[in-house]
Amino acid sequence: MTTSGLASAPPAESRPARRRRAMGGAPEDRGQLWVYAVLAAGLVILVGPFVWMVLGSFKTNAEARQVPPTWLPESPTTENYRQLFTQLDFPQFFFNSTVVAVAITVGNLVFCSMLGYALAKLRFPGKRLVFALVLGMLMVPSMVTFVPLFMLVSQLGMVNSYAGLILPWLAQPLGVFLMRQFILGLPDDLIHAARVDGAGEFRIFARVILPLCGPALATLGILQFLATWNNFLWPLVVAQSEDRYTLPVALALYAIGENNTRYGLLMAGAVVTVLPILLIFVLLQRHFVRGIATTGLK
Amino acid sequence: MSSATARRPRTRGHRAARTTIARREHVAGWGFAFPFLLLFVVFMAGPVLASFAMSFTDLRSADLRDPFGVNPVGLDNYVRLFGDDTFRQAALNTAYFVLVGVPLTMVLGLAAAVGLDAGITRFRTFFRVGYYLPVVTSIVAIAVVWRFVLEPDSGIVNTLLGYVGIEGPSWLTNTTTAMPALIVMTAWRNLGYLMVIFLAGLQAIPRDLYEAAAMDGSGAWSRFRHVTLPLMRPTLLFGGVITGIGYLQFFEEPFVMTKGGPLDTTLSMAFYTYKQFGFGNYSYAAAVSYVLFIAIVVLTLVQFRLLRSKT
Repeated sequence: MTTSGLASAPPAESRPARRRRAMGGAPEDRGQLWVYAVLAAGLVILVGPFVWMVLGSFKTNAEARQVPPTWLPESPTTENYRQLFTQLDFPQFFFNSTVVAVAITVGNLVFCSMLGYALAKLRFPGKRLVFALVLGMLMVPSMVTFVPLFMLVSQLGMVNSYAGLILPWLAQPLGVFLMRQFILGLPDDLIHAARVDGAGEFRIFARVILPLCGPALATLGILQFLATWNNFLWPLVVAQSEDRYTLPVALALYAIGENNTRYGLLMAGAVVTVLPILLIFVLLQRHFVRGIATTGLK
Repeated sequence: MSSATARRPRTRGHRAARTTIARREHVAGWGFAFPFLLLFVVFMAGPVLASFAMSFTDLRSADLRDPFGVNPVGLDNYVRLFGDDTFRQAALNTAYFVLVGVPLTMVLGLAAAVGLDAGITRFRTFFRVGYYLPVVTSIVAIAVVWRFVLEPDSGIVNTLLGYVGIEGPSWLTNTTTAMPALIVMTAWRNLGYLMVIFLAGLQAIPRDLYEAAAMDGSGAWSRFRHVTLPLMRPTLLFGGVITGIGYLQFFEEPFVMTKGGPLDTTLSMAFYTYKQFGFGNYSYAAAVSYVLFIAIVVLTLVQFRLLRSKT
């Protein structure tokens, strides 16, 4: 929140400055080599476990537990993946994760942009109170709400259902904050002009405001999808049979359950859980950085 | 918020038109707010209050079928908490995790940010993406992978240590190494996040200041110490608090890697909340979660206080 001013400023002005420094000369270049070496070593440490994961997923279980370990799989096998997708229910988990993440993302895009617009551009009584309430909930951990939430959901008969997995998370404060900040920056005259032209309030929102919100919606959509895909506590509590497990829940329960020594299999499970997110991230990484810079939140 | 729109020039003749527009805006405002607020109140604000109220009762899972069996018990749950050795252990573990983990992550994140900002001119995006990779991946998947990385005989860490003649311990089953191992893993996962936050802060520092300091003859370290650090103070504080809030709630890591063991040495407050919920002690779980919540609120207030006092 507090960094938004700081964070959004730079690239335009700092690039020439950097180029100037780059032309520094010999001693600086040698310093740079050191920095590259250290950063590269850090990169190996940060990416190494992922490489280990991928390699491990192609090892037989015996090889994955071998002492000393092998680096590259000696007899590469896709057996682990075959088991995940045929003997275990990973297609179902993948499907569940996708349904839940997409539904919650769409819900937040709709509801947060509506409230964000109202808070940014419309005058109505109680507005400050609404904003304070939503902002105040920004730091409430899910640990605090999940017990009564579980009771509510079980009263509604939604335990172990998609509704139970999705409904409680359709409207979250982060998106409101993000959309409000963005819409505040759009000119008021757009709205006045549309009103003069006789457009209704909803039409103004849907046809004038929303089309301009592309970058904010993209950022929110990605952040929300990611957070939901990785979410663990709530699906762990609500999904009680395998047909409703999401990927992290299935993976965690396999990892601590009777399969806990089937390393190759678990590594393959981790790959399936992580891969969609890694792809989204690498393809859309600009949006991630912008999302963090404007909200300060993951 | 509304000041920008409120300050539009006003002429007397338009008053009637203005009130219709105002009324229309009120209706539209609440219309747009309503769907969000309905869901929000039912599924978020409501449960926050319900959780608080529950913590003063003796509600258990069995009471779901018989709501009249619930009695108010005042502060009993909270009193019980402080006599509960396992809770005390969980609170100490959580404090240990936060107090060691946050500074460690901040130092690593800042080092990476400074390196990327000032140290190099090429491959910036490449490094940034690589360092950020662990942040976006599921903690559960990471915890599963790290369990194998830390495996005493077949894991990479001990294998690498073996190359230099060190016999690594059985990290996750040893009471002295389990928590440090989780802390290092968590720092590994989150340093990329702080790096991005800090990078934004660093890029906002005017370059003239460095040039002026360099002209006065101060070296790189002195510039970092006297220009970068003071100007980065709000960003550092913000990063520290956000990280602290996240770390206070750590749960997946012990759930997957240690089940809170050995001997409860990695049991966190969040994990304890979950366990009490699992035992059906709903009101007691609510009390534990509220203690955690209070810690988070205090941390946030401290941040605002510190930000106001010196900047």
